[in-house]
Amino acid sequence: MQFAIYALMVISVVWAVCAVTLRSLFHSALCFTAVLLGIAGIFVVLHAEFLAAVQVLIYVGAVMTLVIFAVMLTERLTDVSVRANNQQIWIGLLGGVAFLTLLIKVILVTPWPKHPDAVAATVMTSENTKHIGIALLSQYVFPFEVLAVVLTAVIIGAVVIAKKDKPA
Amino acid sequence: MIVPLEHFLIFGAIIFTIGLYGTLVRRNLIGVLISIELILNSVNVNLVAFSKATSMAPETGQIFAVFVIAMAAAAVAVGLAIVIALYRVQKTVLADEVNLLKW
Amino acid sequence: MIDQLFVNIKQGGLQLLGGFLPEWAVILVSIMMSIGILAALGPLIMMYLTLMERKVVGRMQNRIGPNRVGKFGLLQPLADGIKMLTKEDIVPVNADKVVHFLAPILIVVPALLAFAVIPFGRNMTAVDLNIGVLFFLAVSSTGTLAIFMASWSSRNKYSLLGGMRAVAQMISYEVPMVMSVVPILVVTGTMSTHAIVEAQGGWGGFRWFLFTPWGFASAIIFFLCGVAETNRSPFDLPEAESEIIAGFHTEYSGMKFALFYMAEFMNTFTICALTATLFLGGWQGPLLPSWLWFFLKTYSLIFVMMWFRGTLPRFRVDQMMGLAWKFLLPFTFVNIGVAGVWYFAPRNTAAVVCTLILAVTFWILTKLNRIYTPEKRVYSFGD
Repeated sequence: MQFAIYALMVISVVWAVCAVTLRSLFHSALCFTAVLLGIAGIFVVLHAEFLAAVQVLIYVGAVMTLVIFAVMLTERLTDVSVRANNQQIWIGLLGGVAFLTLLIKVILVTPWPKHPDAVAATVMTSENTKHIGIALLSQYVFPFEVLAVVLTAVIIGAVVIAKKDKPA
Repeated sequence: MIVPLEHFLIFGAIIFTIGLYGTLVRRNLIGVLISIELILNSVNVNLVAFSKATSMAPETGQIFAVFVIAMAAAAVAVGLAIVIALYRVQKTVLADEVNLLKW
Repeated sequence: MIDQLFVNIKQGGLQLLGGFLPEWAVILVSIMMSIGILAALGPLIMMYLTLMERKVVGRMQNRIGPNRVGKFGLLQPLADGIKMLTKEDIVPVNADKVVHFLAPILIVVPALLAFAVIPFGRNMTAVDLNIGVLFFLAVSSTGTLAIFMASWSSRNKYSLLGGMRAVAQMISYEVPMVMSVVPILVVTGTMSTHAIVEAQGGWGGFRWFLFTPWGFASAIIFFLCGVAETNRSPFDLPEAESEIIAGFHTEYSGMKFALFYMAEFMNTFTICALTATLFLGGWQGPLLPSWLWFFLKTYSLIFVMMWFRGTLPRFRVDQMMGLAWKFLLPFTFVNIGVAGVWYFAPRNTAAVVCTLILAVTFWILTKLNRIYTPEKRVYSFGD
């Protein structure tokens, strides 16, 4: 069982590397979709089923559709031979590896306050969605409403920016 | 948890670094947006792993993750609108070639 | 007894095996049996749906459908299958090989995955998830990606155009579909399909959600959006043969085209099955076994879909998008509010108030959309 979880994590990392290094943008977007599905699988392992379904519905269903639409509208077929990365590759790699080493060292050294009761508490319940819904409307209602306003502003803003200007 | 907490955190850190590398290195603007989305996803994995292992109300981390998903979708929407508007004027989406203050 | 026939057969088989296999192997065999039954059921349903469509549409067009192969044409799907399998598989020279190969596979996978949460009968749901309806909606929204892949990898202007229209239509109709399921979640408080069917029990059929004001509106909206999601008439602009050759599956021949066709029919079955589950009471019914009721309800809805195909002309693109965004979406918002009123108010006042609110909203929306519908034509030499 653990083998399956580790395999899922390794495959997600492989797809993520493909997503940032492939030359054709369409393939990069498809590899990113695979990463999103892998992360949805990890959410299911962590007993967060509602979040996994929301991740697939919103990210894979809506955001990736938007990204692929933009890719199809802006990519010309001659661009496949254009270099995908700029001149900062080696600095980026070096900095990335250094940052990752630092992070892993810190993660392995810090004594995280793990609660053994917490782990058991979630396995028993199958009312994940209900608790999220209640908390969203009772304790976190203010961020919820602010999010609604922000999303409305985003819809209006995106439509206004991307409109064609009417001929004068 | 059948997999210890640190392993999930390391997975999140690896995806974060890959996303960071992509943001710094990709020329295509849409590629940069995809890398930013990778960073936001790694943050989600961290949040959910922590809320499962350390808190008695696991919904806290998951609600935070729902908000992050919503904001990420909003950011991508606006970013892509800007990219399409840019393409319409300059006919390019490579970050290197957009280097004039006024065109 | 006959109601639980299939469940008893499976339990008996597992007990036989439990004698000489360890615990985890029995669980594995049980899962494999469920997967095998679903994987066999999908294509079988699809084959006989193609025959049903040709005969039904043929009768509506005043002709008999296929009746040469086998009695009443019952072996026609086999002949179709053999034809599709033996066709030459043409791949365009410029096409993106990997993506072109993956697209038909990735469009069948969500169609089959959605079979896992459909309650075929009492205790006969393959996987009783507690987020069943959300799982179905999430999985069916990944089908749009496969259409993108198919249209982009063919490197063909018509494919690209057809693909973008198809995806625009599918994502526009996803939103009213998701919003029209929300009233059911408000009233029953659960997303599990099994629990939603159980909540519609008793009283010989009058507790079905179709007979409540918000349920009636929701059922019609869900069904229409489902018809649009599966790209069937009258929303079949993406594959309109007379306009853009064949849309996003122009460059596919042989077995790959058969896979696209199979995905469309499996999606049809899933949408009708889910409408029957959510609004028509699933497998609830007085005398017959539960799975028989389920198939009766689902196939009547499939007949209605084929009736649409035989009768209505095709929509234009802007009319289609206008219907989704300007009419169906505001209507679903009001519907959610109405479901809230139904939940909290006593039953009789709620019935009157809800019907009134829905009727007024419908009238307002039709008046507001009046400028977008074409006027009646005047045929000056028509008499």
